[in-house]
Amino acid sequence: MTFTVTDLSCRRGEITVLRDVTFSVAAGEALVLRGPNGAGKTTLLRTLAGLTPPVRGTVDTDVCAYAAHADGLKSQLTVAENLTFWARVFGRRDIAPAVHAFDLRALLDRRAADLSAGQKRRVALARLPLTARPVWLMDEPTVSLDAANVALFGRAVAVHLQTGGCAILATHIDLGLPDTRTLDVTRFAATQTDDTTDPFAEALE
Amino acid sequence: MTALLLRDLRLAIRAGGGFGLGLAFFLILATLVPLAVGPQPTLLGPIAPGILWLGALLACLLSLDRIFALDLEDGSLDLIATAPLPLEGVATIKALTHWLTTGLPLTIIAPALGLLLFLPSSATLWLVIALLIGTPALSWLGTFGAALTVGLKRGSLLLSLLVLPLYIPTLVFGAEVVRRGAEGLPTATPLALLGGITLGCIALLPFATAAALRVNLR
Repeated sequence: MTFTVTDLSCRRGEITVLRDVTFSVAAGEALVLRGPNGAGKTTLLRTLAGLTPPVRGTVDTDVCAYAAHADGLKSQLTVAENLTFWARVFGRRDIAPAVHAFDLRALLDRRAADLSAGQKRRVALARLPLTARPVWLMDEPTVSLDAANVALFGRAVAVHLQTGGCAILATHIDLGLPDTRTLDVTRFAATQTDDTTDPFAEALE
Repeated sequence: MTALLLRDLRLAIRAGGGFGLGLAFFLILATLVPLAVGPQPTLLGPIAPGILWLGALLACLLSLDRIFALDLEDGSLDLIATAPLPLEGVATIKALTHWLTTGLPLTIIAPALGLLLFLPSSATLWLVIALLIGTPALSWLGTFGAALTVGLKRGSLLLSLLVLPLYIPTLVFGAEVVRRGAEGLPTATPLALLGGITLGCIALLPFATAAALRVNLR
């Protein structure tokens, strides 16, 4: 399968940040979003995930699994309970492959509140294979991971790519993935004053 | 959906989940009233239905701001919104969890608190029936308010201001059922209205709640 986006305009709040975003990611491919802070990487990922409706264009959000900045773990629940919850939401029972891929076996019975930042991050990323969705959207996935765990994460993404999935990630770290392309989001930056429909915009400037 | 329900129920009873907070508040309110207005049965008996309903309503209000705020803080609300669960269903489950952890326990301990307030024994059954039928509306309305104010700083005060006026019909008809029950009058009319409000809330509000969530998650 190929995940294609054509002429997508994304907004953050009331401001259109990106305009006419066009790209496609084939199965087995990873697309790394690049650009300085505030270029719109998170905005694009949130739009692809279906959290922010696009200004123009459509996205097939049902194939996308999203891993945000925040870990989304419930601190009072154990790691096993957190993962089982997400597995059941996505209609699956077995958390063992995800536990294995992210080396979480020793942590299963610990409360998420008692984990270190890097361990929490690993649990949050282990949610991705549980979704069984082909397109992984990841926003700075390697934050607070040490070198060994970045490698572990890189292998998990590589396995996902080999089994016909694809990945779109915003990161500054080289994960050592076989088939990687980069996309500079500043190419699609929308100029602030473009065809504004707000009649008060001029008065405010 | 059941996964979400079980998770939220589990969170509610774990440490810091807030289960029992509303109950304790209800209990304290019902004990404070006789201390404040005096212990005479002739004084407390007639106002007991109103006090108990008001107490239930305020106890309900206490835990409303937790419904979505905690999920938003740790990022799981975003993830739930991208999961294959319809947001309307999420709204229903959240309201149901809130009712199971506040409305239902309040209904169960209300007869005991009725004794404290010299509620006539003929009205006890009506109190339970009225709370059982009326409190779901409080949870569903509250969930809608919580969705409107999620993400706002100091949203819980605004939430109370938004939601309390919406609670008025339930309060009026709920207390009326108990008052009529205490005096041996027919209760069918206020009971039907109370049930109508609750059913309307359960049927319609999840759509409004989901719409509010979508706007606030952007």
